[in-house]
Amino acid sequence: MTDDVRSTVSFVVDGEPHRAAVGSSVAAALLNAGIWRVRQAVDGAPRAPLCGMGVCYECRVTIDGVAHQRACLVPVAEGMNVRTIGGSGE
Amino acid sequence: MTAALELLDADLAVVGAGPAGIAAAACAAESGARAVVVDESPRVGGQIWRPRLGHPPRGTARRWIERLERSGAVVRIGASVIDAYRDDRGAFVLRVEEQGMPVALRASQLLLATGARERFLPFPGWTLPGVVGIGGAQALLKAGMDVRGKRVVIAGSGPLLLPVAASLRGAGAQVAFVAEQASPRRVVSFALGLWRRPAALVDAVRYRAGFAGAPYRTGWWVREARGEGVVREVVLTDGRHSRVVPCDLLCTGYGLVPNLELARLLGCAIEGGVVGVDEAQRTSVAGVWCAGEPTGIGGVDLALLEGQVAGLCAAGRPDEARRLFPPRARLRRMAASMERTFALRDELRALATPQTIVCRCEDVPMGAFDAAWSPRQAKLYTRAGMGPCQGRVCGPALAHLYGWPADVVRAPIEPARLSGLHRSPEGSDANAGSGESPAAPLAKGPHFG
Amino acid sequence: MSAASPAARHDAIVIGAGIVGAACAHALAHEGMRVLVLDARYPAGGSTAAGMGHLVVMDDSPEQLALTTLSTTLWRALAAELPPAVEYEPCGTIWVAADEEQLDAVAAKHRLYAQRGIASDVLDARALARLEPNLRSGLAGGLLVPGDGVLYQPRMTLWLLERARDAGAEIRSGRRVDRITEHAVHCGGEVLRAEVIVNAAGAEAPALTPELPIVPRKGHLAITDRYPGFVRHQLVELGYLASAHTMTTESVAFNVQPRATQQVLVGSSRELVGWDASTNRRVLAKMLARATEFMPALASLSVIRTWTGFRPATPDKLPLIGAWPATPGLWIAAGHEGLGITTSLGTARLLADLVVGRTPPIDPRAFAPTRALDTAEAH
Repeated sequence: MTDDVRSTVSFVVDGEPHRAAVGSSVAAALLNAGIWRVRQAVDGAPRAPLCGMGVCYECRVTIDGVAHQRACLVPVAEGMNVRTIGGSGE
Repeated sequence: MTAALELLDADLAVVGAGPAGIAAAACAAESGARAVVVDESPRVGGQIWRPRLGHPPRGTARRWIERLERSGAVVRIGASVIDAYRDDRGAFVLRVEEQGMPVALRASQLLLATGARERFLPFPGWTLPGVVGIGGAQALLKAGMDVRGKRVVIAGSGPLLLPVAASLRGAGAQVAFVAEQASPRRVVSFALGLWRRPAALVDAVRYRAGFAGAPYRTGWWVREARGEGVVREVVLTDGRHSRVVPCDLLCTGYGLVPNLELARLLGCAIEGGVVGVDEAQRTSVAGVWCAGEPTGIGGVDLALLEGQVAGLCAAGRPDEARRLFPPRARLRRMAASMERTFALRDELRALATPQTIVCRCEDVPMGAFDAAWSPRQAKLYTRAGMGPCQGRVCGPALAHLYGWPADVVRAPIEPARLSGLHRSPEGSDANAGSGESPAAPLAKGPHFG
Repeated sequence: MSAASPAARHDAIVIGAGIVGAACAHALAHEGMRVLVLDARYPAGGSTAAGMGHLVVMDDSPEQLALTTLSTTLWRALAAELPPAVEYEPCGTIWVAADEEQLDAVAAKHRLYAQRGIASDVLDARALARLEPNLRSGLAGGLLVPGDGVLYQPRMTLWLLERARDAGAEIRSGRRVDRITEHAVHCGGEVLRAEVIVNAAGAEAPALTPELPIVPRKGHLAITDRYPGFVRHQLVELGYLASAHTMTTESVAFNVQPRATQQVLVGSSRELVGWDASTNRRVLAKMLARATEFMPALASLSVIRTWTGFRPATPDKLPLIGAWPATPGLWIAAGHEGLGITTSLGTARLLADLVVGRTPPIDPRAFAPTRALDTAEAH
């Protein structure tokens, strides 16, 4: 049941490589990478995780091509490709 | 043709792997029932028991999580319930999306342990990145958020403030200010009440010890968060004075609201904003049980007792459940006193300006609403609650501000892949067997909306 | 026509503040009439709210073609005035042809539209794939009708009522009409008089005028999260040519729309089940499966809401617009099935012309509310 925080995975956010502790949520990994503009609101304003538990949908990102994933519920994985801005699955 | 939809069979399907769900599933499985627990989080424990990344669960949490593992109950994590209904033979079917794949769970009984979420009230700047829930900060911390060296302000209400302050501090954050909106008089009388419950007192002492040096003020609340692109400072007030406190993270939230979507979808009677249950934790719908926060916000100890009662009763062991009734009654009385202590002050209703966003999914500002509307008018005319959170955030806020109840619940109760909605649990496409080619006509006359 | 009491404060009372009632109120107010709108609940709360919000030319019958052509012309004329909240999008419609046989129907439709002065472009398979890359491969082609559009009909209804109010109309919500008599409506003990009474109560119109041949026809819709560019035109299957179906069967058809919000609205279904608004999971599943047959990529999109609604259906699929001679002063504007948003403006034009005694731009006789009764008497 214990996770070893010393082991890390590498993943990509908007084309840039990052590392995160194994088992981190994508949301936590993004914040730790200094990425606070996780989503763009309808009016263009930046948004970031609010509830941290899958309720608010503010942390929606595109993960491996699938849009509107809740970053707070998905553990980051080796080689994962995350896109933060906009809503399309492109 | 799409692959067959996975179908799991169970005697008891438990929704939610927090204290109530774990206790219920473990008790039922130990009694020989085939129990399946689903939870949308990637790890079991719920918001309270889920350990911080890299730390094993401890104490009661560890004992129950291990007991669940031993009990033989099947645990499915990363699994969101999107729909629930009775099939032709009267069995309950839960439609679940598990890591993007549709799964169906068929069970003769259902146990709802869906927990609670935070109540947020809108104030200027609350949509800035860096403004998070109080439980939200705890959840992000547990999921690996690094708070070392971050300046944190906690402003809101309820018993979560101090424990979250303590855990953030323990993780290396500088807690600059903790503002509890409830009046000092109420909080003190509540704290005195803790003497009657030693375990809670020990917790309180531990939190305060872990938290020495940071100001904890009752009767203070947040009026505004400021920053460009991320929160940089917050304005706190007691109604007469105000203070500007620089911070990197503002944790806010005004108590908890139960997650009732699944109960309402199933038609369970809701009484006073919570799922109505009898002494065995039975809801008004035969075969559906409910335990934990959805029956009334009561905290982990009460959830644990209710989960055990529900699990034992669902498995046909009501006599064993009965011995848990007296402690359950005591904790329920305490929950009621907590609710009185942290009653929300009127000033909080007046924080949002006409420009302040209320519905964060659709960017609906406060000024878009008309108090004379019905709740459905508010939704139709402004789009508030029409986004992916389905009103889970703005709904409780609008209920508090205007007294508007939640809208009718329909499937999917969480946003779901369309592919999960067009297949039947029998493992085929909904229209399979029709023998029609894909473009074969099903209707004369095109249909319009 | 006998005059109403001189004490009447209103010239016209419109019952129902759905989009048809709102458009009628707007048109009558602009004729200089003092208009009162009554709604049992609130504006746009019934069939209007549940619909798809399309503005589309349809040619099930020559009369339907005439009314939808008039209406879409009126919509395009109004478009420049509409505020962003109405979410008007001139996205056009593509009628999707699955095979060669349907492509023949496309050609026929194209000829018909050309005769009526309606712009349309025949698309071959390649052109269709280029315009809508998320449609499945192997489709034969389609017909693009660029003058069609979509809008957000609850806000459109409010806009029409607001303009009616500017012209002096009064709107009262929460006022359920109990009865209509000669130049009068009875409303909770109060009798309101006017020269013109318009029953625009949609699927509920027969509650006040029981002879009206209108039944509620239930449908499901689903909407996704935001997917910019996923679909660019309203898409409708043309596959209705081969199969007959009666009003009593349940059916689904492929109909997808791009919304101004960048969401994808997915329809549609039909059932005759009275006023049961509950989700029929089997029909919903069938409808969504149908949509993915045409657009496989829909399967991976996130659906955030589904809902049902009731269209006011008539036996000949045409709305009831015109005088109701059995009750002096009563006019009907109801029974628009799934085309009420499109035809609201055309309906209002017809009704206003008939009320003031002008010749309408299209022949109103096919829409006469008494036509079903006339037919019955003829038998």
